[in-house]
Amino acid sequence: MLAYDTLLAARDAVRSKKISSVELTRQALDRIDKIEPRILAFNSLFADRALEQAKDVDAGKRTGPLAGVPIALKDNLCTSHGTTTCSSRMLENFRAPYDATIVKKLEAAGAVIVGKTNLDEFAMGSSTENSAFKTTRNPWDTARVPGGSSGGSAAALAAGMCCASIGSDTGGSIRQPASLCGVVGLKPTYGRVSRYGLVAFASSLDQIGPFGWNVPDCALLMNVISGRDPKDATSVDQAVPDYLKQLDEPLKGLRIGIAREYQLAAGMDPQVKSAVDAATKKYQELGAQLVDVSLPHTEYGIAAYYVIAPCEASSNLARYDGVHFGHRTKDPVKDIIELFSKSRAEGFGEEVQRRIMIGTYALSSGYYDAYYLRALKIRALIKRDFDQAFEKCDVILCPTSPTPAFKAGEKTGDPLQMYLCDVFTVTCNIAGIAGISLPCGFTTGPKPLPIGLQLLGPTFGEEKLLRIARMYELTTDWHKRRPSLETN
Amino acid sequence: MAEQKITLDQVRHVAKLSRLALDESRLEKFSVQLGSILEYVAKISEVNVTGIEPMAQALPMHNVFREDIVEPSLPLEKVLQNAPDADGPFFKVPKIIGGEEDSAG
Repeated sequence: MLAYDTLLAARDAVRSKKISSVELTRQALDRIDKIEPRILAFNSLFADRALEQAKDVDAGKRTGPLAGVPIALKDNLCTSHGTTTCSSRMLENFRAPYDATIVKKLEAAGAVIVGKTNLDEFAMGSSTENSAFKTTRNPWDTARVPGGSSGGSAAALAAGMCCASIGSDTGGSIRQPASLCGVVGLKPTYGRVSRYGLVAFASSLDQIGPFGWNVPDCALLMNVISGRDPKDATSVDQAVPDYLKQLDEPLKGLRIGIAREYQLAAGMDPQVKSAVDAATKKYQELGAQLVDVSLPHTEYGIAAYYVIAPCEASSNLARYDGVHFGHRTKDPVKDIIELFSKSRAEGFGEEVQRRIMIGTYALSSGYYDAYYLRALKIRALIKRDFDQAFEKCDVILCPTSPTPAFKAGEKTGDPLQMYLCDVFTVTCNIAGIAGISLPCGFTTGPKPLPIGLQLLGPTFGEEKLLRIARMYELTTDWHKRRPSLETN
Repeated sequence: MAEQKITLDQVRHVAKLSRLALDESRLEKFSVQLGSILEYVAKISEVNVTGIEPMAQALPMHNVFREDIVEPSLPLEKVLQNAPDADGPFFKVPKIIGGEEDSAG
């Protein structure tokens, strides 16, 4: 077990020499030895290197705001050490020739990287069941999925195998697993965090963000990872505030938006609804005013998303050709087209193939206007809905996921059913705004499952969004609960 | 548009455009699944989008310029380190010219 399992506590303990970084890192690695066979959160471990990094911290050679703290990275972030697989056969042996900007920033801040975590192949999915290697298990109930696509990062943290982790979110891939695993996950504004070295899925939607046990841990990570990067032209040159500075100061005159369209969402679990309603009441007790807002194009969000994201994916994933890197077929081929086609059929899993096919179809001659172009117009309408709503409120409150963690295998037969899990998360990416998920309750039953509350804020509104999330967190204990992995 | 589900022939054509050599059983499975996905996303045809400009990405950002300065590139051995096959400074592929006609559709 980690003597300090949260980021700030661990950082402070290392800083004040209550524990050495080597000891803390050993504890994380021991925990991984013991628990990982049941959770399957990691694709690769950097054990020796992590201990070296920890030693350097203890020797005073590495300093910074994250000095000495074990952190895990989603395995779609390029690291010059080890492999970067995206949980795909296509990249099973891929060794990135460079570090992602976020990896450089974390390491410059003194973080100890313990390993890289499992995901749905190329980040396409909501359960990690689309990984070519393994399905990660939910630490609260190992018969259930951790969510996805950053399920490995969420589960590694929830199982106490690191003090924080990093994921990426294209349609909910940080927030939904955070919700299902009972931790906090933030999807920053598009352009807040450099995507350089994040293996591209849908470039106009992808964003990297943190997982932590609490809001301050996410705020600290945001301090480290945010900011303009010349290597990512879509990263924005906007000052990075100290997200921790005013974090504990409650916001006066807080207006919470309740979108009527979210009240009508189908398939909502009654326990999720009552936990989110209770959180809403808590905000009222804290002095917040509830404001009715309307997001009229909500019901078209998933449809627009499952056009835009596959279109971008079909283009981004064209680079996997069996020539420059990645899997190449061993079968004899008669020409280069056959080399491409066989390599891609063998290297990509079914969900990735499906999305490439949807994207290729929607972009093909005769269908482009009806699908892609129309989806981009709906994107403009969804953005306008949010802009208008944020004139009336500071944040919009809703569930992160309509249900708690579902059982492994429950939705794998029907891809569309899996897509519909994303009802509350996709529009945030479509509009490029910020969103956070934080624990707001547990289901009843012998194995209580976490429930996530989602708060959506305007572009570059992270500072306020984190403060508002913190207001709730300070009055509740949900974020202090831990799964009892010894007994389940 | 997609009132009519995607046919097996269309799926076969899209697989070809996608450079995916899929077997018949995968094609059949996909024609059912893609059919239901396309039927669902066809919802977007209900929305009145008259006069709405398409939005390719959410930030009001246009071309990003920088000075045209030569900077070091990755060294050759790093560029080639993941190549399935390489020969000296080149990526190596099977013979292209003289194969069957390019099937680009």
